[in-house]
Amino acid sequence: MIFWTSFLAAIRLLVSGSPEVWPVIWLSLQVSGIATLIATVIGVPLGYLLGVSRFGGRAALMLLVNTAMGFPPIVVGLIVYIAISRSGPVGYLNLLYTPTAMVIAQVIIGAPLVIGVTTASVAGVSRDIRLQVRALGASRMQETMAVLAESRTGVMAAVIAGFGGVISEVGAVMLVGGNIEGRTRVMTTSIWFWTQYGDFGRALAWAIILIGIALVVNAVLTISQNASVVYET
Amino acid sequence: MGHGAPMVRGSDVTVRYRGRTVLDIPNITLPARRTYALLGPSGAGKSTLLRVLGLLERPSAGCVFFDGVEMRAGDLAARRRTSAVFQKPYLLRGTVADNVGYGLKLRGIHRKRRHEDVSWALERVGLAGWEDHSALTLSGGEAQRIALARALAVHPELLLLDEPLSYMDPLLRWRLTLEFADILKSEQVTALYVTHDQDEAAVVADVVGIMRDGRLVAEGDSEETLGLPADEWVASFVGMEPAMRGRVVASAGGVVQVDCGGTAIEAAADVAVGADVSLAVRPEDVALRRSGGDEGAHGAENRIVVTVAELHPKGALVNVVCEAPGVRFGASLSRAAVRDLGLAEGSSAVALFRAGAVRVREVGAG
Repeated sequence: MIFWTSFLAAIRLLVSGSPEVWPVIWLSLQVSGIATLIATVIGVPLGYLLGVSRFGGRAALMLLVNTAMGFPPIVVGLIVYIAISRSGPVGYLNLLYTPTAMVIAQVIIGAPLVIGVTTASVAGVSRDIRLQVRALGASRMQETMAVLAESRTGVMAAVIAGFGGVISEVGAVMLVGGNIEGRTRVMTTSIWFWTQYGDFGRALAWAIILIGIALVVNAVLTISQNASVVYET
Repeated sequence: MGHGAPMVRGSDVTVRYRGRTVLDIPNITLPARRTYALLGPSGAGKSTLLRVLGLLERPSAGCVFFDGVEMRAGDLAARRRTSAVFQKPYLLRGTVADNVGYGLKLRGIHRKRRHEDVSWALERVGLAGWEDHSALTLSGGEAQRIALARALAVHPELLLLDEPLSYMDPLLRWRLTLEFADILKSEQVTALYVTHDQDEAAVVADVVGIMRDGRLVAEGDSEETLGLPADEWVASFVGMEPAMRGRVVASAGGVVQVDCGGTAIEAAADVAVGADVSLAVRPEDVALRRSGGDEGAHGAENRIVVTVAELHPKGALVNVVCEAPGVRFGASLSRAAVRDLGLAEGSSAVALFRAGAVRVREVGAG
């Protein structure tokens, strides 16, 4: 019963235009969107290099990336918190309890996900395809773009994994953002807040909104995933 | 294009993977405007050598030269003088024109010129007017022809073909072999054709090289390389008995008589009397008749009474290993012919073959 009433409450919240709802959704999308974008810009090229290269320390780097993929978000939040707190090495930047701090934490959480999934996807592209493209006269950059196009499905999955990993985390943004109403409160910290407050209905409503937003964004990303551009007879 | 089909040479080419030498070629030359077939079993290093000569892979040591000028794998301009067709066509999503024009697009060729080159290439492979077909709906044979058109469209000076027909069914493969051979001859490109099928090599190539364990163990004119094995292993690979040995005892009118230690064989060759030679005849060139029976009108200069040493079935055919004093060679017969002649191990027969079918090489000659 509570789920049904919470679902209705979620709808009411969304259509009400309440100042506590849409700004929170917008901030969540901004923080996680920017973090995903930065993680993609960093992660896809690194993932590509790890996927195609064969060098001595590759296995060690892969271990690092795979470990980082499973790193607890709250530990990331703790480390960033210490770094940007007043007594921390970059405390002079006054980033604590700001959306910028939240973006930084989420980039650190999301980048390994993008790198790891991109690496796996690129490594799965047959070496023969790269050879064929090179044999037709591709420069290094053209070969890179061809491989990324071939692994487009996997690269999009990497972006989706990165976004999913950051939009849903609560520990890091709570620590570095402080869940300040009107300033750093996002959907996940709203769920935490209302749960602590004892209003499970509202908490569930936010949960439904979060799932719904994530669904819409992932639907957009998934639609842009195409089947492999290369086929083999 | 600008340069013309080059002579390609590999010098002291070595490739090592994880401490293991997989390629060791002191010297290999692909003649200009000719097709060189690289033959050998799987794992012999043929594809590795193709990649090195095609500037697709940097060797651990050694150099590649085009018309005497050293070329490096990292040199994009040099690499764009080549193109390749591999076992699988790897077509892109889009039309046939998109695929055939892919290499031209990589080179920045403008659209109008691309269209002309695409149309020319499609016509060359017998698919004129197929520009707007979807690349995703092609049969295996059509796809491989598109792959060849794609490679030809860039007007390469060196064309690399790495077992391009190995995934085809036998009928289609044979048809495409003849078509590819015709295209390679008429295009006058320098071509390197890797295959493990000697019949394919015999049709497409002017020169054949046979590889084993990363080394070139035989090389030369395709008829001679496939018709006169350099050693026992090569003989086994090409489906023949090892070459016979003898001495030229007479020579007249372009035909020599070779004494093989009890049996005389006549061969169309130009070798001096007294020279020691190795010689061989392809099993397909030997006919067998019943011993003491009617040989019919055959016109063969060689008529040898032999004993059947072994019978090796090979699909629809049987390789009959024949022996006579000092000689041992094979004859390829149908199963029905073997039955009709009553051939069995130890039975007697008469082997007939023309002097022109015998390959001769002076022992110790280069």
